[in-house]
Amino acid sequence: MRLSVIPLVTLILSAAPTAMAQDALRPYTIDGDAISTSLTGEDGDPARGREIVANRLVGLCVLCHSGPFPEAPLQGTLAPDLKGAGTRWSIGQLRLRMVDSSRVMPDTIMPAYYRIDHLVRVAPAFRGKPVLTAAQIEDVVAFLATLKE
Amino acid sequence: MRRAVLFAAMLAVIGSLARASDLPPDKQRSSYQDMAPATRAMQDADTDNPAMLWVLDGEALWQTKAGNAGRACADCHGDAKQSMRGTAARHPAFDEKLNAPVNLEGRINICRTEQQQTAPLPYESKELLALSAYVALQSRGLPIESRDPRLEPAISAGRAEFMRRQGQLNLGCVHCHDQRFGEKLAGSTIPQGHPNGYPIYRLEWQTLGSLQRRLRNCLTGMRADNYPLGSPELVALETYLMRRARGMTVESPAVRP
Repeated sequence: MRLSVIPLVTLILSAAPTAMAQDALRPYTIDGDAISTSLTGEDGDPARGREIVANRLVGLCVLCHSGPFPEAPLQGTLAPDLKGAGTRWSIGQLRLRMVDSSRVMPDTIMPAYYRIDHLVRVAPAFRGKPVLTAAQIEDVVAFLATLKE
Repeated sequence: MRRAVLFAAMLAVIGSLARASDLPPDKQRSSYQDMAPATRAMQDADTDNPAMLWVLDGEALWQTKAGNAGRACADCHGDAKQSMRGTAARHPAFDEKLNAPVNLEGRINICRTEQQQTAPLPYESKELLALSAYVALQSRGLPIESRDPRLEPAISAGRAEFMRRQGQLNLGCVHCHDQRFGEKLAGSTIPQGHPNGYPIYRLEWQTLGSLQRRLRNCLTGMRADNYPLGSPELVALETYLMRRARGMTVESPAVRP
């Protein structure tokens, strides 16, 4: 009798992080090519956003993009320079491109930063988790919006 | 109307790109060509190539009797310079008994278990790297071959793996190594990803490593569930990469950044 409890506990423990992460994805509405409302209901912090963008292990942005943040060395050339992103796109457009850029460019290589479905063979450590949290995305969006030239 | 024509033209271009996603042989480029002069020089001179230390160990192991059979590689195969010439250029090769392709490391281990009657060497062990470096050196300068029709199912499976998106970052090998080679990923030039120099002394590793170790590095970067070393999926990927690199010159043991 005691033996049968163990698999059940294991099952619950192993399923819990995934379920929690899935629950943690906040709902959003796409208007045209934008998400007009903040994922958290609050404005992001551009200074924190800059740190996320410049940190290649967290934001991953500079692996592919370059931009006017010289504190991040070894920038990539696979994707557009982020210089002027805040002029080219509205905050809502930036938000959708961060959340799931395949909504506007189906063949893009840019990962969806806030989507956990339609992915295959995700490593266990990242399974059921978005690349960035809703709050981190709001911070990055707030920073990108400051890149006016 | 003009818009519709433009749209149709764009679709045609996108369609042809999708079909042309396989790397054409006339575009093949060894990442040796993109290396810094100092790194090339390190590969060019055997006295400077750190991989040659493993080759020396491999040469000694080749002569060493092992296992219950008390046999050395040399007892069956003689002088590796003759008997192993071209071997690495055509592996993974089809194994009739296993009815599957076997890579160079797998071939060495089949000899160990069946002929020498001893335990297989673990992937990335000093001994297996040494033996595979010594054997691969005997193909240096020869063109990569991929002719055996029995390899086709593995080539197809490996190609499908290469093309499909996977991992949290939802990328496929194809996106970088067929479509964006020469661009910079985090400041490093993206290579075409050819198997023509393995095992390689990789400066980033500060040691010698196998092609499968390198493939797993990319899968980790894609945040994909990794395949174990020696798994059929990685051997299939190797088999496809050899087909994709056919005709390219073996550089083993190469130096890479």
